[in-house]
Amino acid sequence: MSPWRAAARRFGRNRAAVVGAALVGALVLASLLGPLVTPDPLAQPDPVRLQDRPPSAAHLFGTDPYSRDVLSRTLSGARVSLVVGVGAALLAVTLGAGVGLVAGLAGRRTDQLLMRGVDVALALPRIILLLAVFAVWERVPPVAVLGVIAATGWFQTSRIVRAAVLSLREADFVVAARALGAGGAGLVRRHLLPHVAAPVIVSASLDVGNIILLEAGLSYLGLGVRPPTPTWGNMIMDGKDVLFSAPWVALAPGCALVLTVVAFNLAGDGLRDAFDPKVA
Amino acid sequence: MSAPAPARAPLLEVRDLAVNFMGFDGVARAVDGVDLVVGEGETVGLVGESGCGKSVTALAVLRLIEPPGHIAHGSSVRLEGRDLLALGGKEIRAVRGNHVALVFQEPLSALNPVLKVGDQIAETIRAHEAVTRSTAHWRAVEMLAAVGIPDAERRAAAYPHQLSGGTRQRVLLAMALACRPKLLLADEPTTALDVTIQAEILELLDDLQKKLGMAVLLITHNLGIVAERTRRVYVMYAGQIVEEATTERLFARPAHPYTEGLLAAIPRLDVRRERLQAIPGQVPPATAWPPGCRFHPRCPYAWDKCRSEMPPLLPVGEGQRARCWLVNEPQRKGMK
Repeated sequence: MSPWRAAARRFGRNRAAVVGAALVGALVLASLLGPLVTPDPLAQPDPVRLQDRPPSAAHLFGTDPYSRDVLSRTLSGARVSLVVGVGAALLAVTLGAGVGLVAGLAGRRTDQLLMRGVDVALALPRIILLLAVFAVWERVPPVAVLGVIAATGWFQTSRIVRAAVLSLREADFVVAARALGAGGAGLVRRHLLPHVAAPVIVSASLDVGNIILLEAGLSYLGLGVRPPTPTWGNMIMDGKDVLFSAPWVALAPGCALVLTVVAFNLAGDGLRDAFDPKVA
Repeated sequence: MSAPAPARAPLLEVRDLAVNFMGFDGVARAVDGVDLVVGEGETVGLVGESGCGKSVTALAVLRLIEPPGHIAHGSSVRLEGRDLLALGGKEIRAVRGNHVALVFQEPLSALNPVLKVGDQIAETIRAHEAVTRSTAHWRAVEMLAAVGIPDAERRAAAYPHQLSGGTRQRVLLAMALACRPKLLLADEPTTALDVTIQAEILELLDDLQKKLGMAVLLITHNLGIVAERTRRVYVMYAGQIVEEATTERLFARPAHPYTEGLLAAIPRLDVRRERLQAIPGQVPPATAWPPGCRFHPRCPYAWDKCRSEMPPLLPVGEGQRARCWLVNEPQRKGMK
């Protein structure tokens, strides 16, 4: 059995991980299908009468101070969170793996240059960096939010990959392969990447939850993706002032946020255990 | 400096090979002025204790020394007259595995755990020859059968951890021989195996060598293997060749006290002894070779000259040379 299939089987046996993965699947599905089955959040037949209505058959999660349907907005917000969370994690991991590979394989000078740069980058607090960028850049398209979050999140991965490459370079099977003429791209693809992939996948999956929280935090502060595009962060912001009179406005996106982050963390933990049976 | 190669250059000719490693406690001269020749189809032994520079010599022949180590200026490694040290990256890669192959001592860790063994062999073939994926696979299966693995087609789809140590060593041999190299550098190919499997693998190696007509440089610390399998032997100590001779002669009349010590240390069934004979002391660190003859601190015959002057390889006769002053002053041996 291939190591990948062995890992998949271990993942399948881990109940918490399967629950996490199922929840993630359900969330993706709901965010895709949501708009088809829920009322148009902007349809406002009677703006005044529909303000802050409690949950009912017509509005399952109630309505918000602007008379919008909270359920539909929560589902739309899921799209932002999932796209930014997963997209930024993937992009960050790709960047980090690329830089790590170059640092680990290129000569000493390139390695030193890149890693000292990463040291400096890691010394800057990420949230302040992001606040600064988004404070200046007001009309950010969601894709750019994803990009900026990824651009500030690959440093740790590059270190993991570099360290892995450095130790792999000396591994017997790599030296043996080189002794028989392997080298260049083939060596990287067949002998290095498969061994770097596992820790990288694990760190990416555990990162998704953090990025979703980070994006929500930024939105809550009114930065990043701006209203009227619904995000869980700006929805919680909307619900803050009516927290006691209409708790559902903040509660729905809040619960969605918690559920999503827990789901990704369960799945990520599961991946880690699946790839590294020693710690499980 | 580069004289035109003679009409028939030896297969492998190493001259004055030196490999240095830059460390925190100074330069480690792991290999220091090694000369060695392997003829076509010949089996040559390279023996010595761990840390004497055997493996580094093999790696240096294929230019696999990584920083902080480097091959010193003035070293020369020629394959059929071609200077391997002057080749570019692509050219040396074309030599590795194709003309000169290296097998390691650790059959488990020398195979990539996430690749099927058949794919690993096919990959080596495809690195050197423009063949299709399926041809390479078919040849890999053929090689697995050639090294005596039953049910080769099914075994080709196995991962290394599913195979026994002996089978893995066979796979490594198949991989090394897939492109029919002219020279095989076998670095302790049987050290990690059971004695019975050792014999099988060496038998197989002999067999394949005859079939393919390749030369083998057998690197080992096992004198039994040397006696059985080689025609000529180089003995290495502290980064230098200290003795070279035909195998027969080396065992009959060792000229260097180190070789003598090695032979005396072999346990024997026909002589009763209370304890096994050992050479006193240890191999000195490569950062601080002793002055004079490097073996003098452990040598039972050493005198003043040995402590101050390093002996060159002195001819003893019949292709035998030894790095020892006793060659010139044999009467001193009797004095002790």
